[in-house]
Amino acid sequence: MPVRIGVVVFPGSNCDRDTIHALALAGAEPVELWHEQASLDGVAAVVLPGGFAYGDYLRAGVIARFSPVMRAVAAFAGDGGLVLGICNGFQVLAEAGLVPGALLRNRKLRFLGREVRIAAERLDTPFTHALGSRGPLRMPIAHGEGCYFADPATLDALELEGRVLFRYVDGDGAAAAEDDRFANPNGSLRAIAGVLNDAGNVAGLMPHPERASEPILGSDQGAAIIRSLVESAAIAANAAPAAVGTR
Amino acid sequence: MTVAERSVEPLHRRLGLTDDELDAIVDRVGGRDPNDLELAMFSVMWSEHCSYKSSKPLLRTLPTAGEGVVAGPGENAGVISIGDGLAVAFKIESHNHPSAVEPYQGAATGVGGILRDIFTMGARPIAVLDALRFGDPGDARTRHLVDGVVRGVGGYGNCVGVPTVGGELVFDPSYIGNPLVNVMAIGLLEEHRLTLASAPGPGNLVVLFGSTTGRDGIGGASVLASATFTHDDPSKRPSVQVGDPFAEKLLIEASLELIERGLVEGLQDLGAGGITCATSETADRAGTGIAIDLDAIPRREPDMEPFEVLISESQERMCAAVRPDRWEEVREVCERWGLPVAIIGRVTDDGDLSVTSAGHELARIPARALTSDAIVHERAGSAPPHRRAAPAPGVSIDPSDRLPERGMDPGAVLLALLGSANLASRRPIFEQYDSTVGADTVAGPGRGAAVLRVRGTTRALVASTDGNQAVGALDPYLGAALSVAEATRNVSITGARPLGVTNCLNYGDPTRPEAFWQLQEGVRGLADACRALGVPVTGGNVSLYNESPGGAIAPTAEIGVVGLLEDVALLVGPAFVAEGDEILLIGEVTPGLSGSAYAALAGAAVEDGPPGLDLAREAALQAGIREAIARGLVASAQDVSGGGLAVALAEAAVWSGLGATTRVAVANSPAVELFGESPSRIVVTCQPRFAPALTLLARQHGLSVEPLGTVGGDRLVIELAGAGATGAAEERGSRIADALEVPVAALRHAWDHGLPRALGWED
Repeated sequence: MPVRIGVVVFPGSNCDRDTIHALALAGAEPVELWHEQASLDGVAAVVLPGGFAYGDYLRAGVIARFSPVMRAVAAFAGDGGLVLGICNGFQVLAEAGLVPGALLRNRKLRFLGREVRIAAERLDTPFTHALGSRGPLRMPIAHGEGCYFADPATLDALELEGRVLFRYVDGDGAAAAEDDRFANPNGSLRAIAGVLNDAGNVAGLMPHPERASEPILGSDQGAAIIRSLVESAAIAANAAPAAVGTR
Repeated sequence: MTVAERSVEPLHRRLGLTDDELDAIVDRVGGRDPNDLELAMFSVMWSEHCSYKSSKPLLRTLPTAGEGVVAGPGENAGVISIGDGLAVAFKIESHNHPSAVEPYQGAATGVGGILRDIFTMGARPIAVLDALRFGDPGDARTRHLVDGVVRGVGGYGNCVGVPTVGGELVFDPSYIGNPLVNVMAIGLLEEHRLTLASAPGPGNLVVLFGSTTGRDGIGGASVLASATFTHDDPSKRPSVQVGDPFAEKLLIEASLELIERGLVEGLQDLGAGGITCATSETADRAGTGIAIDLDAIPRREPDMEPFEVLISESQERMCAAVRPDRWEEVREVCERWGLPVAIIGRVTDDGDLSVTSAGHELARIPARALTSDAIVHERAGSAPPHRRAAPAPGVSIDPSDRLPERGMDPGAVLLALLGSANLASRRPIFEQYDSTVGADTVAGPGRGAAVLRVRGTTRALVASTDGNQAVGALDPYLGAALSVAEATRNVSITGARPLGVTNCLNYGDPTRPEAFWQLQEGVRGLADACRALGVPVTGGNVSLYNESPGGAIAPTAEIGVVGLLEDVALLVGPAFVAEGDEILLIGEVTPGLSGSAYAALAGAAVEDGPPGLDLAREAALQAGIREAIARGLVASAQDVSGGGLAVALAEAAVWSGLGATTRVAVANSPAVELFGESPSRIVVTCQPRFAPALTLLARQHGLSVEPLGTVGGDRLVIELAGAGATGAAEERGSRIADALEVPVAALRHAWDHGLPRALGWED
């Protein structure tokens, strides 16, 4: 039986259908989770998709953290549930404090929609284990607020604890410089494109793996990220009774 | 005019209605004088923008019938069946005047308005293409407009989650005071969900949902889009509508859910003319009337006058005809999406649009008097005294150098063209748009037609917008016909069959005989080209009064085409594919440099006229390339257009990173061969083993084929050979070199950096 994975739908989500499509291709049973619901319907993992949750007029993701569904997502994450935030979903996770750091406006203060290359820093996480190698992986970004920011101590801690999940890389596959406007177009500090929370069960990234999950779309190199989540969720679902018993 | 004189000016004139039009209104309301509110409603509905009163007689001449057409002109968007119960809805529309006043909101609401036209039909919007035209890119005002318009298109489209997959950006001095913002949207629907904009069934409820009604955009259509622009007119600023893409996103989802659940009998978006337009049009289409309860309309601010409520163009609103027993479900859907919803009236059987407030009837007008029976003007057009005609196809020209070729290095010309504002890479613009949301974009902006796969099928939709104002300025008939030829060709060279045409006709003041003649000629060119190429016109928009103190714009027939590719696996792109592939030119060069990018660059007065267009040859070319692609013979296919053959080869090289070694026979002037823009030509590459079959197939279609050379290396080499370029350059009395050789990296550099440099943007 396919594993059930929830996709949160805020009124301004606009990558929900794309994410549902990519999850289904990876063998999951996607379940829509409406922003007003306080229960996650027993899903084995949650994806916060891209979009403009509640219009994002004040700041991306700032309103969404107060929604009923996000209270449920926070509790789920606190219990060790797998949560992946993509683009606006990453912004919402950061605003909710479920992952460290903040996403500032792109360095050039303009929305940017283009292909980037990222590399996985670790292949032993629930979100990357199906990747054959670190990459580089080609996939699109599409955001106005994607410049990853945290204070130097937090950044050092993230590096030390192995919680930098993805970095923007240049043509040689090396981490892109902060002022490399081509490889690191939003100017993210230390070229960070994705991070993990301290327990390793919540991840956020700015690029869109769901838009790079079929060869016809120009790249299928994001599919393994989605597949990693689906496989991890399936394992978590089967292990669930035991996990409850030990808590 | 003094203040005193202005104050005695009768109301109808102040509202922009002529005395003749007032007489016609009296006639249509039963011989009485209309009251002020009724007059205001007529003034909006009889504006050029809403009534098409000048263009309607011309538009009737367009071919509208075609294979699979489900809905044509007169509906919110054209709809064409694509098989398996699916259909595509598409339309292009202008938002020129609002964008000139307030570029961000003008462009943003242009996107919002055209998206509503699509989802009103029951289709989910899947793509936007924006065709933008501005004055000199070095001009400070132009730079302000470009920045605002691009941010507006992106700010709206990115948020609603519809990818911007293509379009155009053109600079031409004629647009200096009057930019063009033409936006095309495409949607996909299950055919049985097709919803029409009508209000059937007397007794049904008229329901308004979406944003509340405010004072923004009062008379936007009638004031802004239906009169010539003058400088410094702050009174027009409040007429610009203000968009809210988040509200639009909610409106899309709520509308599609209402349609999917069968809860509405008819649906109409509110655009120009606001509530007056939406109610009168839907009643007229259904042969019913609508009684509006003015007090029930949710408002954004207090103390609005009745006319303000009825003609406000507040954005993100929809109007539905709903059976009384469905009302509760409709309300529930709207409220779940967070949208205000109200019953604002009832469908009646009296054929009238009536307005009541606090028990008093404020207005009663036959619905059709506002819409289908609005006044039509038979305008007179006359050609300007000196007009250049295109040379007839096949006529040879004087081989002497007409343009300042002397001393020019063709490699330098090619680099200058590639780096010019009109031909350089559009990446700095389109990377501000989300072109991949929806996860259906197979080919996005930047190189040729846009391609979107249709999920769950093998098919793909292919779309292109094209307009040719440079030739249009010299010959408006030819400019329009060339635009149709280029847009359909861009679709055909991917392997797709063009399904239909939508058009945005941008012209000047129709009461000026020369401007009206340009419109007449444009429509004639559009009609002839569509007939010859076998594509129906399924809708569009006419934008007149595109004039500023600097003069009228160049006549611009902007053409949008949607095509269907049966098997997306057979898709062919314009970039070179592999080293060793053979390069062929299908189609013949014809003389004429006027209107070309080369002529604009060389800055010389050209007397040879623009190149001619042979529509039968164009049709054969497109049929031939589609067949060759379907048979798997073609590796790449690139249209020869702006900048001519040399630029077509250079682009294919830049996009692939592969060079080419070619030899071009020069029958005429080298400038015509290298940089001439005569239409109906395609640069095709194929594996060497397919070249004989491809050549044979082209000849069977009556097309000429010339082998040009081979793909490979890191340089583009074009050797000039033949009568026009034999022997030493001096022998021709010209110092033009006989070969062009430029590294692909240099071509790429010129192409990449041209636009930021032209606009003064940080590169």
